Amino acid sequence: MELGPYLLLATLEGAVMASVLALTAVGLSLVFGVMRVVNIAHGEFFMLGAVLAWYVTQMVGGPPAIGFAVGLVMAPLIVGAIAVAADMTILKRLDYDPERTIVATIGLLYIIQQLTLMGYGPDARPVEPPFNTRLALPWFEVKDGALALYWPWGLSTTSYKLAVIGAGVVVLLGVWAMMARTRIGLVMRAVQADRDMALAFGIPVERVYAMVFGIGAALAALAAVLIVPISQAHYLMGADPLLLAFTVVIIGGLGSLPGTVVAAILIGLSDGIISVFFSPTLAKILATLLVALVLVFRPQGLFGTRSA
Amino acid sequence: MLELDKVSAGYGAAQVLHEVSLDVAAGEILCLMGRNGAGKTTLVRAIMGLLPLMGGRVFLDGTEVSALPAHKVARAGIGYVPQGRRLFAGLSVAQNLEIGMRARVSPPEVLEEVLELFPRLRERYRQQAQTLSGGEQQMLATARALCLRPKALLLDEPTEGLQPSMVEAIREVTLAMRAKGVAILLVEQRVDAVLQLADRVAFIENGRGGDVVSVKMLKTDRALAARYLGV
Repeated sequence: MELGPYLLLATLEGAVMASVLALTAVGLSLVFGVMRVVNIAHGEFFMLGAVLAWYVTQMVGGPPAIGFAVGLVMAPLIVGAIAVAADMTILKRLDYDPERTIVATIGLLYIIQQLTLMGYGPDARPVEPPFNTRLALPWFEVKDGALALYWPWGLSTTSYKLAVIGAGVVVLLGVWAMMARTRIGLVMRAVQADRDMALAFGIPVERVYAMVFGIGAALAALAAVLIVPISQAHYLMGADPLLLAFTVVIIGGLGSLPGTVVAAILIGLSDGIISVFFSPTLAKILATLLVALVLVFRPQGLFGTRSA
Repeated sequence: MLELDKVSAGYGAAQVLHEVSLDVAAGEILCLMGRNGAGKTTLVRAIMGLLPLMGGRVFLDGTEVSALPAHKVARAGIGYVPQGRRLFAGLSVAQNLEIGMRARVSPPEVLEEVLELFPRLRERYRQQAQTLSGGEQQMLATARALCLRPKALLLDEPTEGLQPSMVEAIREVTLAMRAKGVAILLVEQRVDAVLQLADRVAFIENGRGGDVVSVKMLKTDRALAARYLGV
């Protein structure tokens, strides 16, 4: 295959990754932005989403689309509810202290991971995609001085991968609309801006925190449900998304949702392209190097604001 | 209207306030004076429930508000204009006011009344709060508190660092609130502002409540004014 079609293929793979990464990282960024809590257990909420999707599809049975659709709704709801319970029983008792909550979420990470190992087992299990039509992609060439479309051999993707990209865009637009256009978004932004003043104006901050923690975890679970038909559900699958989500959040700027989305696209696309042309390891090395450069030259991230 | 009964509070284990008792009647401005670090802002934050009380109680209109969670203190009817304004950065003027309106679910006409008091805010309605001038930010901080139709209003150094025209605007609004029967606790360092605005002055020193003197007496008794205000 020539370079152009190959690049298109790599970009599509990168876009799938960017979409899932953006959802995961936006959840992490939302939690940090509003609550100032660094949630080390975020990757385990991602893993729980994938595992629950497997359980739900097994229980529902029938055509894969129905099981998947139920999983797509149920897994984020259940994971969100677990996160709310964790917030109320653990983080609230620690008064959302930034340092103690890091230790607490590390503990939560191991609890979720080991409970999953005990219940689900060590095997990686696939979830069937709801649809998976192979779509040939066209490329163009200059023939007799004019552009002409042709169908290079091997240049194709699946309808499911395109759906994942589309779903990511739709959910991210939904998160933006929630934050920018709804009352609950206004309240969340007020809490983010000044916790004490939010309290002084009648906002039940602890209830907002519980909700934000739940939404953050539900976004990670949703991302996992979307990706699990492409990868597989496994009890150790939370580590990579956590690391990449932190990479994205640091590059984009802690707590900045637009920065997080831009960084997710940057990291996702570069990861896809570099992985296809060179190796996945090189992609990870370059992403880590970028984090180091950002931390040295722009510690507040590309879109973050420097605190006073 | 607002009554403090032997209020003690502080930060962590460090006690700042020691059994401070005060009362502010409806339609009265009580000015709280004291040196820097005397505990004025700590007292205001303790009333709002932003600091846990180590002892004592706070009543609003006969109801104990110190027993309520912090977010219900505002809902009970205490408006707070903090030192340094502390607007919700990233939110517009309209959104800052909306937060105030939501605190006690005020009817829409309250917003109209508030914007009539501060016409400048109507011009800046869609502007980001942090892009306003210092005086406009103070107006917004005051307007935000008025949006919750307070029974009692806590003003922590509202004229600090403002130009005279802005000071005058804040003064007029404060007097208008007093005329409406709002109990106002004003933390103020400027003696001229205190003498113009307040009905009584309460002194606080090293976290302990001192004398409470009427402004009328301070204005007529030079020796008293010299003793308490140094003028």
